[in-house]
Amino acid sequence: MSKRNPEYDFAWCPGCGDFGVRRALQVALENYSTEHEEPQANNIVVAGIGCSGNMVHLVEGDQPFGLHGIHGRALPISFGVKMAKPELNTVVVAGDGDFLSIGAEHIGPAANRNLDVTAVVMDNGVYGLTKGQSSPTTDYGAVTVSTPLGKIETPISPLRHYMSIGVTYIASYYSSKPRVLAKLIQEAMNHRGFSIVHVQSPCTTYNDTYEILKGKPKEGIKGLAYDIPEDHDPTSVQAANDLLDRPGIPLGVIFKYEGKTLQDRYQELQSKAPSKTNEQLLDSYLLKV
Amino acid sequence: MDKQDFVIRFAGEGGQGLVTSADALSRAAAHAGYFVQTHSTFPSQIMGGPASSQVRISTTPVLNSGDGVDVLVALNQYAYDHHHQDLNVGGVTIYNAEEYELPDGGDYFGIRADELAKSTGNARAANMVSIGAVANLIDFDLRQIDAFITQRFTRGRDGDDEIIEANIKAVRLGSEVATDAGFKVGKLLAPDPPDYEQIVVTGNAALSLGATAAGLEFYVGYPISPATTVLIWMENNLWGEGRFVHQVASEIEAINAILGAGFAGKKSMTATAGPGFSLMSEGLGLAWMAEIPLVVVDVQRGGPATGLPTKSEQSDLYTCMHPAHGDIKMPVLAPGTIEECFYAGALSVNWAERYQGPVILLSEFGLAERGENIRRPDLSSISTESRTLVNQEDNGKRYDSWDGTTPLPGMPIPGGPGAYVANGSEHDEIGDTTHLPRHHIRLTQRRFKKLDLLNGAHYEIENVDDGVIIMPWGSSKGPAREAYDRLRASGENIGWLYSVALHPLPDEVKQVLDSARKIIVPELNYLGQWSSLLRQEGYPAESITQYTGLPFRPADLVVSIRERITVGATV
Repeated sequence: MSKRNPEYDFAWCPGCGDFGVRRALQVALENYSTEHEEPQANNIVVAGIGCSGNMVHLVEGDQPFGLHGIHGRALPISFGVKMAKPELNTVVVAGDGDFLSIGAEHIGPAANRNLDVTAVVMDNGVYGLTKGQSSPTTDYGAVTVSTPLGKIETPISPLRHYMSIGVTYIASYYSSKPRVLAKLIQEAMNHRGFSIVHVQSPCTTYNDTYEILKGKPKEGIKGLAYDIPEDHDPTSVQAANDLLDRPGIPLGVIFKYEGKTLQDRYQELQSKAPSKTNEQLLDSYLLKV
Repeated sequence: MDKQDFVIRFAGEGGQGLVTSADALSRAAAHAGYFVQTHSTFPSQIMGGPASSQVRISTTPVLNSGDGVDVLVALNQYAYDHHHQDLNVGGVTIYNAEEYELPDGGDYFGIRADELAKSTGNARAANMVSIGAVANLIDFDLRQIDAFITQRFTRGRDGDDEIIEANIKAVRLGSEVATDAGFKVGKLLAPDPPDYEQIVVTGNAALSLGATAAGLEFYVGYPISPATTVLIWMENNLWGEGRFVHQVASEIEAINAILGAGFAGKKSMTATAGPGFSLMSEGLGLAWMAEIPLVVVDVQRGGPATGLPTKSEQSDLYTCMHPAHGDIKMPVLAPGTIEECFYAGALSVNWAERYQGPVILLSEFGLAERGENIRRPDLSSISTESRTLVNQEDNGKRYDSWDGTTPLPGMPIPGGPGAYVANGSEHDEIGDTTHLPRHHIRLTQRRFKKLDLLNGAHYEIENVDDGVIIMPWGSSKGPAREAYDRLRASGENIGWLYSVALHPLPDEVKQVLDSARKIIVPELNYLGQWSSLLRQEGYPAESITQYTGLPFRPADLVVSIRERITVGATV
């Protein structure tokens, strides 16, 4: 909304990976809406707090609905939104601090429910908005303003975590190719169940990892990121776990499993649930003399 | 001695059927046309531990759990030792002679309930043996109990008749023991049955029924004493098209989920107690800031921290008024009776919709599980309000300035017109973050101005001309009212002021407070929370506090209020 809103006072740093993710999300939302012949207002973007959360104000063109909530709670908010309006497309945008530190407790329940929302996680390995503290994905030993002598915790492996906790669609990508990333996000939106697109989105100010990710092809230096081989079978748990045993950052769909969503399960209960009118409910307490 | 009112207490260990006994006796009495109120106290554990459950039976509506006990059924020595001193003059204890013995010659007699129950062929009828003995002591017509038993156990199953016969026999055997013992506590006056339809209901069920009557659609919660039964009620009843109910992983999930649902257009609620309410703090701040309709029920227990999970206290008032950081003052509805729980349940949902924001429904342990027979609410008298929705003519600015002179602009709902960002950061008209002073000023004013829309809660004003007024809140209303009635009857010139809405206060209540000389507030906390909030507004209020985990006894209040009247203000 920034372009039509001069008073909006937030900006990402030049070169921030979140620009690419914003572009990808915008394309995915537009294409998803076109594909399903629905207005943009049928999309809801729920954001947490951090540089990533500001995404919700920066989508251009036709506006989706947005909710810019509190730190770490985008998933439970999206749970409420989704179960209130199951027919609408609900997307969570969050950062590594937001999603994997303060908000980590909500990933398990969302996976257990197979909640039909898509989370786009922007991982820059640092707390950017608060100016450079260590995050759950910051490397062991890394010196940051909050770990001046080096970080003494081992970093979380987000993809393994998603896999072990039962997320039913897991993709990994980086922010540098928005058109490809958009396709993954759109596929995640179309996935029935809990989907996470985990995006390496470098922080040019505090943790610039572009080179580490992509390497220097001209000098023959390989980056950490690699395309997932075409013969990878994402419907296989074994194949997905094998892939995650390889070093590096895989680019593409790691795992997908189509099962019953929370709405499906709830609908099954609805058919056998009691449905009493308010009068009947009161009458069940009648004092019968 | 003829009496209109008896208190019968069953004391022993959790799991001994104490609540079942008090419940059965209360239902039998309610069937016979009496007014009843139960009250239980038990430890926070699955089985065992000292516990008690009592019923007050009266020919007129019961305001509170009473002063003392007329008949104590003590199932073990510990129960006798700890409850015996609560006996009224002329009261009698029935002790469990299969468990312990007491020396000859006291105001008690033993009963072998299990043995007598077995002799009827139904070992499970032991509580009916006790009830028979109790009934004999207060001259309660045994045929009324028979009628209740017949109705309770007529379930269309083989063996119903045998069970009914055995239970009726158990009542007779218990009654004979009391006759042989030669005690009498008094004679319960004949009932004066009300001419209206009644329901028998607890506070938690009543507020659930009320909220549902106002159109509640979305409930998620997390188990916590004494709010769990609201979750259980909803899981059993809030079904049907467009509704959703679910147990989530924490109170943090609960508040954020109902916030998402409220944003998406649903009438949403959760219920919790102190510790869970503390976890909801940040979410409540977001609901206030982003202006999302939702209801949080806080069923108070003793605090702080884990505190006293199964005891009565009114110590969450501060936190309910100001649950989050920043400039916030929440609307708070605090019902004081079971009937008020129903109507406040409905009004809390309506308030949230009307002013597009969060509402706190402040209940308490003293109401949650207390059973009472009340008039069946007339659903046609319950209004069901829904938030106004944004329409094509609106300028589509969700967070426009608002000074109260026009209707509150409609709220856009996802999937409809007026896309905006519901934002917990300070924001502009369409919800984008801005830190400019003019936006913070105009939206802070908007958020507080909206509170003016909240009226229609029950209040009571009586005899306030002399300027000394008693103003209880929540469940302390019951004992305070009885104390007030006794003081008036003894010639004290004292006024009565009561409001279910603690914030915002009704204008009529504020007018009384404006001219009051002294306001005496009985409340179950150490800090004197309500009186201090009243003093903050400039009203001359002082508290009578109690922090025992138990409700006030009317007799104690009579004494302490009289002291305050004569001694003068001691703020």
